[in-house]
Formats: sequence, structure tokens, C-alpha cells
Amino acid sequence: MMQVLIAFTMRGLILVFAFPFFAGLSAAWSLEIKAGVLRIDYPELAPVSRFDRIPDDLAFAGARLGNEDNQTTGSFLGHEFSLETATSSPENLQEKVDLLLRGGVKLLVVNGRGEDVLKVADLAGPDVLVFNVAASETDLRDGNCKANLLHVAPSRAMLADAVSQFLMWKKWSRWLLISGSNPDDVKLADAYRRSATKFGAKIVEERVFEDTGGSRRADSGHVLVQRQIPVFTQEAREHDVIVAADESDVFALYLPYQAWSPRPVAGSGGLRPVNFHAAHEAWGATQFQRRFEKQNGRYILPEDYNAWLALRVIGEAVTRTSSADPEVMKEYILSDAFELAAFKGQKVTFRSWNGQMRQPILLTDSKITVSVSPQDGYLHHRSPLDSLGLDEAESACAAFRN
Amino acid sequence: MMRHLFKVLRSVKPASRLWPAILSICVLFAGPAFANKVYVSNEKGNTVTVIDSANWEPIAEFDAGNRPRGIGISPDGAHLYVCASDDDTIKVFDAKTYEFLWSLPSGPDPELFVMSPDGSTLYVSNEDDNLVTVVDTRSKTVVAEVPVGVEPEGMAVSPDVRFVVNTSETTNMAHFIATEDYKIKHNILVDQRPRYARFTNDGSTLYVSSEIGGTVSVINMLGETGPELVDKIGFEVPGVQPEWLQPVGMRITSDNKWLFVALGPANRVAVIDATTDEVVRYILVGQRVWQLEFTPDEKYLLTTNGNSNDITVIDVAEQEAVKSIQVGQQPWGVVVAPD
Repeated sequence: MMQVLIAFTMRGLILVFAFPFFAGLSAAWSLEIKAGVLRIDYPELAPVSRFDRIPDDLAFAGARLGNEDNQTTGSFLGHEFSLETATSSPENLQEKVDLLLRGGVKLLVVNGRGEDVLKVADLAGPDVLVFNVAASETDLRDGNCKANLLHVAPSRAMLADAVSQFLMWKKWSRWLLISGSNPDDVKLADAYRRSATKFGAKIVEERVFEDTGGSRRADSGHVLVQRQIPVFTQEAREHDVIVAADESDVFALYLPYQAWSPRPVAGSGGLRPVNFHAAHEAWGATQFQRRFEKQNGRYILPEDYNAWLALRVIGEAVTRTSSADPEVMKEYILSDAFELAAFKGQKVTFRSWNGQMRQPILLTDSKITVSVSPQDGYLHHRSPLDSLGLDEAESACAAFRN
Repeated sequence: MMRHLFKVLRSVKPASRLWPAILSICVLFAGPAFANKVYVSNEKGNTVTVIDSANWEPIAEFDAGNRPRGIGISPDGAHLYVCASDDDTIKVFDAKTYEFLWSLPSGPDPELFVMSPDGSTLYVSNEDDNLVTVVDTRSKTVVAEVPVGVEPEGMAVSPDVRFVVNTSETTNMAHFIATEDYKIKHNILVDQRPRYARFTNDGSTLYVSSEIGGTVSVINMLGETGPELVDKIGFEVPGVQPEWLQPVGMRITSDNKWLFVALGPANRVAVIDATTDEVVRYILVGQRVWQLEFTPDEKYLLTTNGNSNDITVIDVAEQEAVKSIQVGQQPWGVVVAPD
């Protein structure tokens, strides 16, 4: 046996919780934890695919499941969890944040766009811990980070890196990058450019698909699409794959099969990077999907998963610290001791330098999980998960330094 | 005992006058060699593979329902119990003829169960409903449902049958349920995603493996105020990402000296000296090693390797893998017929 044997135990690092549990007894709770979910709603066009319609209970449904999970665990420990939910337009954030804070919320989950998430973090103030579950703006994890703002949602940089690693693993290194014309599409295209450089892919040509306004689809619109897309993609330089940066949901779903050259599509269409999707079954996820569907009568969406995960981060921090103080919880969440199971095959943790959750990213063809990044062989001195998104040295975030 | 004997043998010089005495001791210890049937549930193949332990040859494979996972056998060796997860039932087969006999109620998606030592009761974890279901194997009815933490998974019965232990994967606790009234008497917080629980033969210690936390919690059952967490065992293998050291199935030798822990995607079984909680060896086995079972004489330990579609036979005394046997698609659980 040539193996080097290393063994260690962790004596002295153990917290013991052994509480008798009396079923049916109305226990005197020792700790009350009130979390809030604020969802900011925007005027939206109907999506290209009716599978992508936004349900009325988006994010709230996931948060409710997370709260129930916390309540079950809390019942054994004397921790009482409750949840407040509110919707807001981008214009009346102040009012809604005040309302939640007056109700005693000190842990606030926010589902909204990047600029509004920043506003909420400022309005809530340093005594409130805010969890971003939707905004993928890399800037929020970079120069514009906030000390009271943690990110459960992956950044555009993480999502782009997840795609790049898979494409490089496939040796599809020559990319035709097609991006939309709206500001978010431009930022996503930037993330793919940065990622291509990071992992050694070559963007052989770039094209911009102009958003000319109007609605996103029409009856029998596929007839027109079938003529437009081949024309738009013809005579491109030799490429292995089309990478689409279309956060506005204008054209990317039309690219597979319709492009001039028989090439696979990744990014906003074809093989898409997501933090979760309803067909994911590995690592015990089936039981999670079933619990969600039984409670809410629909499939889970990434925002629901993120909201569930944010509530579980809160629950785990309370369970392990026996505190509801946001400052104590934040310190624990950002520490090496924090770990959480999230149906992705390995524990999720937080980057202490910018408050971003480390997590695997699923790659889906919208039917199944095709692969999960980080891919084998992408190593990192801290964790392979840190091969996705902004690493410590790259991030300009200073708010977490102390 | 066998291991110590081997150590003694290695230290004896070939010409020693002790040899005749040693040989006679060996004969005494060898005892009769039983051939036992080994049953392996194949999660993707929807079958159970049967292997003869006399020559380690597969002798049969039969349909076992949809997505067979947890597997057990009655103490008399007559009935084989298989969790048919996608059929939401536990199927019972004749262990000799492989004939399907009847189904037991289990709640949705049964994954794992434990049996009382007399075979009269099954304790099943129902992940969807946060319940432990207690099933009477003779009347084929549910006799109790116990609310536990979120996503109950691992189950263990204490040797004195006073406690049934359940681990909940999202709550991250071991729940100690008294069998006299099916009420939870103690809860102990462990690391992320506790998967499996196992008592020592004397009931003094309980081990709980945490798949995502990457540790095995050691719980003293004889604490002053009840069960108490006394240690956590971690794992470290050079060249293997720490994320993939995911402890799952466990077995402890009946002398309570050696704890074997399957490490899932690390493709290794850790051997732990149970007197010191130190890992002394990692045995390389097949891919995604999941559950473990001894032969009744504890000469061999069998491992199911889900991603290489085989089982590994480990020589317990030598702590070495000696053979691998191809089985059906994605083997999950394993049970060995009693002598």
C-alpha cells in the first residue's frame, strides 16, 4: 500500500445541540427570526416562449418552501421563523422597504434588477442583511459591492465561465458571438469576451442582432424566423459554436437549427447556464422538486430556487449560531465554518471578499441537465468553484475588507 | 480477531517451532465456510443481481420493480425486501426462488429502510412528507408515522431496539425516536446532508455520515443526559478534491474495532480505527461507492459501485480489495443472506 495516509479528527470544534422534543407542546420560543422578501416588478413583454411566462408567485414560492424548511428545523431548536413578502414597483422602493423594516425584518431577500437591488441595500441600511436572488450584474460583486449585500444569484461572469469551461472541454474554441443591442445584452457579451480570454477561446467574429422593438413573437412567426436567421448568420468566419448574448430574450431561442452553418448554440439559447431548473434530478434534487411542486402547483424557476436558498442560508446561520443578529449571522456566513447542501453535489459557501455564493452552475438544453460546471480539470487553489466568476484578485470590491 | 492473528503470523519466523500450534489455531478459527447469496439492487437496471459468495460468480438477475435502491433480508433469510422507489412501494421477494410475493406500503419514493432484529418491523424514511413510516411486515400495514426534520434519509435501530434513529438531510439532525411511543426524545445537529446512521454492535456508539459536510459524527449513546456528540471524523486523500470525499454507507465490525465508510465519488472506502477515530487506510474500489455489507462471518466486505456497475470484495482482515464483480446497471444497495 503506497498511499500516504492522512487522518484527522476535529475534537474540540464541536457544537452539541441535544434538545428534548415534546410533540404537541406549545413551546416557549427562545428566538424569533423574521425574514422579508421584496420582489420588484417591471413592465415586461411576453416572452418568446410561453414556457418562460412569469408566475404571480415568482420567488415568493421558493421563499415559502425555505421558510417551511427552517420552521421544521427550528421546531427542534426553539427557533421561530416567519416570512413577510411584498411586491414593489421600481418607483416606490422606499415605502416598501420602510414597511418591511417597521415590521421587524432584518433579513431581506430582494428579487429585482441590479440598480434597484443596490437602492434597496442602501435604503435598508447597514443593520439589515440583504440577499440578492435575481440580479446577475457582475458590477455588484465588483466595484459596486455593498457590505450588507450578499449574492445568492450567480453573476454574469459565473454564468459565462460555466459555458466557456464546457465549450473548451468539448474543444469548441472558435466562437461566433452574437449579442443583442440592449444594455444588458452588451454587458452579457462583455462577460463572454472576458470569459473567452480567461479560458483560451477565440471569438472569430461578432455580430449584433438589433432589437427593433415590438412584441417578441407573432402567430406563424416561425415562417419569418426560418428565413431571417439563416440570412443573418451566413458567411460568418469558420466557427465551432455560436455563443448568444441575449438577456432581452429577442433572438437567441431562434438560433438552434436555423443558423446558416450546422453548429451548436450556447449561451442565451441552446445550451443555457442556469443555477437551477425543474428537470434537475441529481444529488437528491428530485425530492426537492417534488416538495416544491406539491406546495406550489408548478415547476420551480431559478428565482424560486435562489429565494429558497437565501432562506436556507438564513436558517443555517441561525441554527449554527443560535443568533438572529444580522451582524453575527453575516460573520458566520462569510466564515470558513459555513457550509450548506443545495442539491448540486457539493456544499455551497460564500466568497468572503465580495459576498458572492460559490455554487456549481447547471448547463441545460431546457429539457435535461446536460452538464454541470466547473468542469473536470479546472482547478483552483481554494476551490474549483472559484474558477467561475470573479476571483479575489480580480474583484475591485473593498466593502468586505476590514 | 482475524486481523490480530494475521499480525501475529507475520511476526513469526518461518522456521519457528510455534508453527504447528499456530496452524491448529488457524483451523479452529477457520470454521465452516458458508456459501451465502449476495443480493445487489441495480438502480438503473431495475433488477437485483444474485452472486454466490463461494466463488463470487453472479448466478441470477431478476426484475425488482422500478428504481430499486434500499435492500434488506428477513432474519430467517426467506424474504428479500427491495425499495422500488419509482413504484412508491417496498417489494417483497422469495429470497430463494426470486418470485415476487407482495408489496408493503411505504409512502412515496422509498429509498432506505431498516428492519428490527426480529424482522417484524420496517422503519422507512419518507423524504417528501418529513415522516418516518413504521410498517408491520406481518400484517403489511403502517402502524405509525413519526414527523421528523426535512428530508428524512438515514435510519438505524439500536441493538436493544429502544431507539430508531433517523437523519434528516436538510435539517441536518439525527432524531432519536423511542420505539415504545414513537416520540422523538433527542435531536443532535450534525454536518450537511446526513445520509446514513449505524450503531456499534454493543449499542454504545452511533455513527452518522454527512455526505456534503464530508464528516462522520461520532455519538456516544451512554452520555449522562442521553446521546451526545463526541467527535467528528474527517477525510483527506492526496490528489482527490476535498469536495468529492462524501461519506455515505457504513459498516462496523461486530467487535466494534473497525469502521468502514464508503466515500461516494472519491471511489474509496475509508478504514477507521474505532477506538481512536483515526482513519488508517483508504481502499480504492469502484466508482461512486455507495453502500456496504459484510458477509456473515465478516471475512469480506462488499461495496456497491454505482458508476462502474460492479461490486468490490474487500478482505476485512487484510483491509484490501481482492475482487470486483460486474453486476447490473448502477448498483445501489447490497445485502447478504444469513448463514
